[in-house]
Amino acid sequence: MEHRDALEHLLFRMADDALIYGHRNSEWTGIAPLLEEDIAFSSIAQDKIGHALALYTLLGDLGHPDPDTLAFTREERQFRCCHLVELPTQDYAIALMRHALFDYAERHRYRLLEQSSYAPLAALAQKVRGEIKYHTFHASTWLRLLGRDGSDESRARMQAALDLLLPYALGIFEPSPFEDELRSSGIFPGEEQLREQWLTEIIPLLEDAGYRIPPLDSIEPCYGGRSGYHTEHLQPLLDEMTAVYRIDPNAEW
Amino acid sequence: MTAADLITANKVWQALEQVHDPEIPTLSIVDMGIVTGLEIAEGRISVTITPTFVGCPALDMIKQAIQEQLARFPVDQIEVNVDYSTPWSTNRLTERGRAALTALGFAPPPRYDGEFEPAILLNAQCPLCGSSNTTLRSPFGPALCRAIYYCNDCRQSFEQFKPL
Repeated sequence: MEHRDALEHLLFRMADDALIYGHRNSEWTGIAPLLEEDIAFSSIAQDKIGHALALYTLLGDLGHPDPDTLAFTREERQFRCCHLVELPTQDYAIALMRHALFDYAERHRYRLLEQSSYAPLAALAQKVRGEIKYHTFHASTWLRLLGRDGSDESRARMQAALDLLLPYALGIFEPSPFEDELRSSGIFPGEEQLREQWLTEIIPLLEDAGYRIPPLDSIEPCYGGRSGYHTEHLQPLLDEMTAVYRIDPNAEW
Repeated sequence: MTAADLITANKVWQALEQVHDPEIPTLSIVDMGIVTGLEIAEGRISVTITPTFVGCPALDMIKQAIQEQLARFPVDQIEVNVDYSTPWSTNRLTERGRAALTALGFAPPPRYDGEFEPAILLNAQCPLCGSSNTTLRSPFGPALCRAIYYCNDCRQSFEQFKPL
């Protein structure tokens, strides 16, 4: 198959983002500050892990092993997720702000992929569209509730989360070695176009919700994840996520 | 006459109507609108389904239930394929499916034209008393396909099968 390496790189970065972000969201199950939020984060986690499963299945169709093997047996260096999704679950403001920054990027990524020349990916993108609407709907509701409509404390905590996370969010769009090939083959228009579309939507949304945007030119994006260089937070996550599989690869629960 | 002549599409559709959503046992997969293709050839029945949500955990159970339900047909092979090329939408629910949801106390999803916007979630009719004086509590519910509401008139919580 033509452009195989380029396509696989794109699928791995998307699948690994979805899996790791889904796992992080699932960490709120049982401990989110409100019951409805507990359910929301658990549901979004379920959707994301579903997206990871669908993307690993597409990799399986290209000759890779089954989804469980891809999710649970690769080394940390083989993961292609961005640093944003790896950050630990320590503060609900950070979880909500990451949710907004990441899911608006997902929305634009899948929108662009609806036109992909790789038909199985285009079909998945069309399918995922409705699900992501609920994710961005949830994120934008909370941005406003805790921002413009919130208290001084909630605004300050969300602003601190935004200031912390913006360099990581810009790291979502770390270019791959395959940008030209993905573009010319019509598989995906590329990270730079995605970043521009994302900025066009997320910046006014954040400003309307009551947040200050630091000058973007002065921000160094957190790169490295796409080529396998991760934060210190990924390995402990993988240890926990793969614990059952490592004891018994055939366990069912 | 061969075995394939005896298996009519009608009979297979009737059998598929006996397969239900494991989470909503009165709703058949046909009324849900997730069956997007049926092919009957000599010795083989092939059913194509489209998932409601990509991560729907009921999918494997539904595939298994289809296999079991069709096992009584004299064929060598029963195939159940999952395919996204006809994406599922709540507009695919049949009238009978919507009635089954209401009977169980779920508000059926609002119908929409073209693209749905999540803002249509904000208005739901209480399936218990019929009031429209309701509040969305969470766009996410106990299953991926449901949202949680509160009725300000009869003061009961209820769920809506959410538009997709």
